[in-house]
Amino acid sequence: MSQSLGLGLVILATILLLALIFIKRKSQPVFREIAAFTRLRRAAGLAVEDGTRLHVSLGRGGLLSPRGAASFSGLALLRQLGEQTSISDRPPVATSGDAALAVLSQDTLRAAYQSAGAEELFQPANGRLAGMTPFSYAAGAMIITRQEQISTDVLIGDFGPEAALLAEAAEREHALLIAAASDPAAQAVLFASTSEPLVGEELFAAPAYIGNDAAHLASLQVQDILRWLIILALLAGAGLKLVGLP
Amino acid sequence: MKRHPLAASIAISIGLIVLLGYFLPIPLLVLVRLELVQWAIILAGVAALVGIGNLIQVHFFKIRRRENGSAYSVILLVTMLATLLTGIMLGPAHVWMRFAVEIIILPVEASLMALLAVTLVYASIRLLRRRADWMTFVFLVTALFMLVASASLPLIGEIPVLSDWIRPWLMFGPAAGGTRGLLLGVALGALTTGLRALFAMDRPYGGK
Repeated sequence: MSQSLGLGLVILATILLLALIFIKRKSQPVFREIAAFTRLRRAAGLAVEDGTRLHVSLGRGGLLSPRGAASFSGLALLRQLGEQTSISDRPPVATSGDAALAVLSQDTLRAAYQSAGAEELFQPANGRLAGMTPFSYAAGAMIITRQEQISTDVLIGDFGPEAALLAEAAEREHALLIAAASDPAAQAVLFASTSEPLVGEELFAAPAYIGNDAAHLASLQVQDILRWLIILALLAGAGLKLVGLP
Repeated sequence: MKRHPLAASIAISIGLIVLLGYFLPIPLLVLVRLELVQWAIILAGVAALVGIGNLIQVHFFKIRRRENGSAYSVILLVTMLATLLTGIMLGPAHVWMRFAVEIIILPVEASLMALLAVTLVYASIRLLRRRADWMTFVFLVTALFMLVASASLPLIGEIPVLSDWIRPWLMFGPAAGGTRGLLLGVALGALTTGLRALFAMDRPYGGK
């Protein structure tokens, strides 16, 4: 039963996603303002102008685990930030706590440089493995914030409570911190450590807010539609239980 | 911009086989799915070696350019290579390797965990200065309340009404409901992100 429901949800989401991408619309969808993303867009532009660097921490979500989706969202954001800041004197640097994710971050940065027409500026060392355990990753990524003239620290992906150490490092260096994590414990920690916290599914909204890709915009709309369907199903279930139906 | 249709078609096909193998109980499909997942695990192991190579390269360049903090890079490279060689020559179960884990790695990680506790207290204090709104107030009051209600006080023990009535209600009522709401949102985001990767709309492998 639960597998059929899961398959049904996947099929519905696929149909909605493809329909929203390929249907030609007169105007682009409008989403609510999220202050953290507005600041991030501004910070990406400023980093190019004043020769500082963006640091994107992708977390330690292994691609073979269910937490890998958060890492994919981080890679999509890295791609967009990479395109916007690749011509900077100090190109963006990405750190990961998982080896496969580090390899993908290099490939993503390379694609971003190609897309911006600056492939010759790409350096593989800008996609780095910072550590293989949660705290060694945090220690490795903190040093980058301290030593490489980072003006904006973006934490996006799968983190645990060790995200507080990364947030503290950004605070000490007076870097702008934008942070979103998939784990509820990390979300609580980041709520206490950031000026504009991102909670829940806002992690997956980042690529749609920073870039303008049709697939990302459609994906965000699909999330909204599915969320409403789940809310209606929960209310219907509660109503049925209230009147005594099984 | 270079495109890689072969890489994309292989990724899409394998992704669909694994997804269908999970949902449809067809023996052949399940068998193929398990085999493909095994391959992915082997590739992830190889990626770990590539990642270590990347770590060595980054710190080697830091030392060569005599960047700020390159002494730490020297320590990292020497200890990493020494541990690697010891592990290869003596095996991971050898007493020296256990010594490295129990006497060096675990205490260092525990120290960082302790540092984390201090960092969180400091961040909570600064939170009021950084963002003084009602959500911050609710967050801090709830956190303090849960700490007090979870603690066993000297002479009194657990606080009667707080610990056995209000705390469980808060934990299994509003907190559990809020967490489930967050997780539902994350699950929906994961689903659409996975679909974008599956249909090659996002391609971290070989560009787009």
